[in-house]
Amino acid sequence: MNTYSKRKYVIIGIFATIGLVFIIKLFGLQLLDPSFKQFATNNVLREVVQYPARGLVYDRNNKLLVFNKAAYDLMIIPREVLDFDTTYLCRLLEISKEELETGIKSAKEYSRYKPSILVKQISPESYATLQEQLYKFKGFHTQSRTLREYSNKAAAHVLGYVGEVGVNEIKNDEYYKIGDYIGISGIDKAYETQLRGNKGVKKYFVDVHNRIQGSYKNGLDDIPAKTGKNVTSTIDIELQQYAEKLFQNKKGSVVAIEPSTGEILAMVSAPSYDPGLMVRRVRGSNYSKLLSDTLKPLFNRSLLAEYPPGSTYKVLNILIGLQEQVISINTHFSCAGPESVPIRCTHYHGSPVEVIGAIRESCNPFLWNTFRSILRKYESIADGYNVWREYALSFGVGQKLGSDFTNENKGSLPLESYYNRIYGGGHWNALTVRSLAIGQGELGVTPLQMANYCAIIANRGYYYIPHIVKEIENEQIDQSFKTKNYGKISAEYYEPVIRGMEMALDPGGSAEMSRIPDIAMCGKTGTAQNPQGSAHSIFMAFAPKENPRIALSVYVENGVWGSRYAAPIASLIVEKYLTDTISPNRKWLENVMIKANLLNSFQPE
Amino acid sequence: MPRRNNVWVNIDWLTVSLYLMLVFLGWINIYASVYSEEHQSIFDLSQRYGKQIIWISAALIIGFVILLIETNFYVFFSYIIFGILVFLLILVLFVGTEINGAKSWFILGDFGIQPSEFAKFATGLALARYMSSFGFKIQRFKSLITIVVIVFLPTILILLQNDTGSALVYFSFILVLYREGLSGVVLFFALLVTLLFVFALLFSNFIMMVVLLLAAIFAFLILNPRIKQFVIILSIFIVSIALFYVLNLILKTNYKIAEVLVVSSIIGGAVVLGYSIRKKFKNYIIVALVFLGSVLFSISVDYAFNNMLAPHHQARINELLGIQSDLLGAGYNVNQSKIAIGSGGLWGKGYLQGTQTKFNFVPEQSTDFIFCTVGEEWGFAGTFTVVVLFLFLLIRLVFLSERQRSGFSRIYGYTVAVILFFHFMVNIGMTIGLMPVIGIPLPFFSYGGSSLWSFTILLFVFIQLDASRLENLAN
Repeated sequence: MNTYSKRKYVIIGIFATIGLVFIIKLFGLQLLDPSFKQFATNNVLREVVQYPARGLVYDRNNKLLVFNKAAYDLMIIPREVLDFDTTYLCRLLEISKEELETGIKSAKEYSRYKPSILVKQISPESYATLQEQLYKFKGFHTQSRTLREYSNKAAAHVLGYVGEVGVNEIKNDEYYKIGDYIGISGIDKAYETQLRGNKGVKKYFVDVHNRIQGSYKNGLDDIPAKTGKNVTSTIDIELQQYAEKLFQNKKGSVVAIEPSTGEILAMVSAPSYDPGLMVRRVRGSNYSKLLSDTLKPLFNRSLLAEYPPGSTYKVLNILIGLQEQVISINTHFSCAGPESVPIRCTHYHGSPVEVIGAIRESCNPFLWNTFRSILRKYESIADGYNVWREYALSFGVGQKLGSDFTNENKGSLPLESYYNRIYGGGHWNALTVRSLAIGQGELGVTPLQMANYCAIIANRGYYYIPHIVKEIENEQIDQSFKTKNYGKISAEYYEPVIRGMEMALDPGGSAEMSRIPDIAMCGKTGTAQNPQGSAHSIFMAFAPKENPRIALSVYVENGVWGSRYAAPIASLIVEKYLTDTISPNRKWLENVMIKANLLNSFQPE
Repeated sequence: MPRRNNVWVNIDWLTVSLYLMLVFLGWINIYASVYSEEHQSIFDLSQRYGKQIIWISAALIIGFVILLIETNFYVFFSYIIFGILVFLLILVLFVGTEINGAKSWFILGDFGIQPSEFAKFATGLALARYMSSFGFKIQRFKSLITIVVIVFLPTILILLQNDTGSALVYFSFILVLYREGLSGVVLFFALLVTLLFVFALLFSNFIMMVVLLLAAIFAFLILNPRIKQFVIILSIFIVSIALFYVLNLILKTNYKIAEVLVVSSIIGGAVVLGYSIRKKFKNYIIVALVFLGSVLFSISVDYAFNNMLAPHHQARINELLGIQSDLLGAGYNVNQSKIAIGSGGLWGKGYLQGTQTKFNFVPEQSTDFIFCTVGEEWGFAGTFTVVVLFLFLLIRLVFLSERQRSGFSRIYGYTVAVILFFHFMVNIGMTIGLMPVIGIPLPFFSYGGSSLWSFTILLFVFIQLDASRLENLAN
C-alpha cells in the first residue's frame, strides 16, 4: 500500500520551503528594513502644539499694561464632517455663508484628514454659545489661543502689537510655523523671544480615523509649553496718558527719559490709535483703515520722524565752541537783530551777548560766530567740520542709539563727502553750511535722539542708551543699557549752558510762559522751518536743574513757535511727573493745550 | 475498558500540545488586537477576546468528545457527514446571511455558523473514505472523476457563496492525491502553470521568451547529451527565427522585437516538434510541447489580464506582484500589515504596546490579519516562533499519517495537513505581501467560533484515528 511513501519527503519539502520563505521574508521585513518603524510612528502619532501665553507687560509702577485673553479657533477635519445646518453655524460664528464655504473648501484642499483652522480668534463670548452647540457639528472642534488685551488705550506705539507670522519669519526661523503669532512692533516685537515663551508639544495616539486615543507614553515625551516671560516697561502709564491727552488733535511727539538711567518714561507719537483695534478678527480691516489714514497714526514719529532740531541745537554748538576753546564763558558777540548777517536774529534782545545770554535769547549771530570759529580752527574747513561732526556723533546725533526698539531711524548728519559732492572739495566753507549753526539745513534728529541729547546735558556729559524695558522675568536686560556713554564735552562747560537754559524760562526768557512754580526747569525752545506748512514747535528740557529726574523733547508739528505749544506741553508733562499734579494757576494753560487743534498744517503766526 | 484506556495512552500528546499552544497564543494576540483601556476584564463578553474564551472552551469540549467517539463512526458516517455538509452548503445559498459580501453564514441569534468551514473536514473524510476503498486506483478515469466530483462539489458551492478564499482551499487536496499516487507530472504542471501565470504578468513578453528558450535549451541538454541531434535541432530553431526576422525586415512590417521573438519561437517550436515526431524522439516531443504550451499560455495570460479582467481584479494582482503600488487603494491593507509587522523589529514593541493593530490601521486585525499583532508586539522572535510551531505541527501530521495502518486514517491525516498548510501559507503570506489578499483565517489563531471549531474537529478526528491506529480495523 505504501508504494508512494517516499513522496512524503516531497510534501514535507514543500511545507519546509514555504516556511523558510516566510522566515526569510520576515527577517527582511522586521530586521533589515528600518523604514516600517518610521511609517508606524507617523501613522499613529499626532503632535498637538501647545501654545504658551505670551508674557505680560507692566509699567514702571507695576501696573498691568498688556495681558492675554483667551480666544478660540474653530478647527475642521473635513472627512469627519457630516451634514449640518450651515445657516445655524454661520449665525453662531457671525460669518457669511460664502466665508464658511470657501473656508471648508480650502481646508479640504489642504487635507481631508488633518485639522485646519476654519475661523480664527472667536471671542470667549461667542465661544460660550458655540461650545454648547458644537456637538451638533461633527468634524468641528476648537483650539484655544491667547490674544493680546490692553488695559489702556494709551502707548500703542510703545507696546506694539502681535499678528500672524509672515512668510519670511517662517523661512528664517524654524520656531515659527504658519498660523503662529509674532510681535510685529513695539515691545512685543523688541522682546519677542522673551515674551513668546516656548511652544510645547503634546503627543497623542490617534487611530486610523485620526481620532485621539490617549496620550503617547503617558505624556513622557511631551514638551510642556513654556509661558512667556513677563517684562516691566520703563513707561509711566499715567504720564503717558497725560502726555497723549495733551497731544490730542495734534501731530507730533514726546519722548521723556529719566537721565540717570536712560529709561524712557513716556513716548508719544500723535496721532496714535487704540491698541485694542489690533487684535481679533477686526484687526485686518482696522489695520488697513489706519494704514490709509492721512494723519499716519501707525507711523511712530518718536523713533522715525526726522525733524530739523532748530534752535535746540544751539546748546550743543556752544558746548562744542567752549570745548574747542574758540569761545569762552566771557566771549561776547554783537547782534544786529534782523539786520544781522549772514543769519538774521529774530529774537529781540540786547547786544552784545555772551554764552548764557545767547542761549537764553537763542541769539543767531552768536551761534554763527561760534560755528564759524570752530570750523576755521583747523587747517581746512573740512577738518574743522569733521571735528564738529565727531562731537555731534558723541551726542547720539546722526546714528542709531541702539535702544531696544527695532526700528530706530538714524536721523541725518551729513558727511564731509556730502558737501564735497554738492559744492566740490574745497569749494565750501562755514558760510555755505551756516544753517548748521542754528540747527537747520541738512540736520535731522528724531525725537528720541533729541530727548537723549537733552539727557546728556542734564547729566552734564553722559547718557545711558534710552530703553523701554527695565526688567525681564529671570533675565538681565541688555548690558549696554547699564553702561555710561560720554559725550565729548568736559563737565565744566555744562554749567553756563544750563544756566542759560534755566534762564530761558525766567521772566523775559524765550519760554517764560512755561515756567513751573518751585521747579527749576532748564529748557531750550526751537522752531523748525517746514516747507509744507507752519513751522514746527520744538522744546527740550530737563528738571529739576540739580539731580534731574526727567529730560524730554517735545515736537508739535505746525506749532509755529517753540514757546507756543512745545514748551508749555513740556512744562505740563514735567510738572505732572515731578509733582503729580498741575498747579491751579497753570490749569488754564493745561486747558489751552488740550483744546488746541493743530491738525491743519497752516496755523496763524 | 482496556480499549478505552488504549486511546488515552496512545494519544499523540505532542500534537495536542502544539494545538493548545497555538490556541493560547492566538487568544493572547486576539486580546492584544482588540485591547482597550475601557474593557479590561478578560471575560468581557462584549469583546472578542471574551467571546473567544467561550469558543475555546467549547472547542476543547468538542475535542474531548471527538476523542470519545469510536473510530468506526467516522469511517461509516463519512459520506453521510459529507452529504449533510453539501446540503447545508446548498441551504446557505438560500437562507444564509451575507457578511462581507459572502453569503456563507447561518445566523442563529447572536451566533453565526459558517458551513463552509466544516465542509473542509467533511470533504477530507469523504475523500479518505473513497480513496481507501477497495478497487480505488487513482490512475483509473472513474476514480479520478469521482475524486474531482467530491472535491469540486463543495468548491463550486462555496464559490457560489462568493467566498473565493475558502473555495481555493480545496485545491490543496492535489497534494493528497499526489501522495496517493497521482502522477508527479500533474503536480509539476500545476506548479508550472502557477509560475507561468505569475511571471507572465511580472515580466515582459521579451524576457519571458528568452527565459523559456533558455529553459528549453537547458532541458534538451539534460535529456539528450547527443551533440549531433542537439545541434540539428538548435540550428533548425535558429534558422526559423532568423528567417522570420529577415522576412520581417524585408517586408518592413515593423513588428517589435518581442513580437518577432514570440512568433519565431512558436514557429521554431513547431518545426522542432514536427522533426521530433518524425524521428520519434519521445523526450524532445515532451520538451517541445511543454515549450510551445508555455509560450502560448504566457501570451494568453498577458492578453487575458489586460483585456478580460475587471480593473479592481487587475489592481489586486498588480499589487501582489508589486507591479503597481497604490498604497491608499488596493495596497492599503497589505501595506499597513507590512508596516505593523516590519515595525516590530527583533523583540517587538511589547505585549499590548502595538500601535498599528490597536488603532485599527490594520484591517481585520483579530481575524485574517492576526499575524500582524504577533509581528508588531512580539517582533521577529514571535513570528519566527509561530512559523516554526506551524511547521512542526504540519510535519508531525505527515509523520503521524505515514504511521497509520489504514488507508483511511493516512489519507485523512494528509487532508488535515494540507488544509492546515494551505491556510498557513495563504494567511501568513498575505500579511507579509507574498500572497494576494485572500480572506482565510490562520488556523487556531484567528478569532472566530466556526473556524476554531472546524479546525479543532479536523485535527482531533485525526488525533482520535491516530490514537486508535493499533485497534483492529472495522473493515
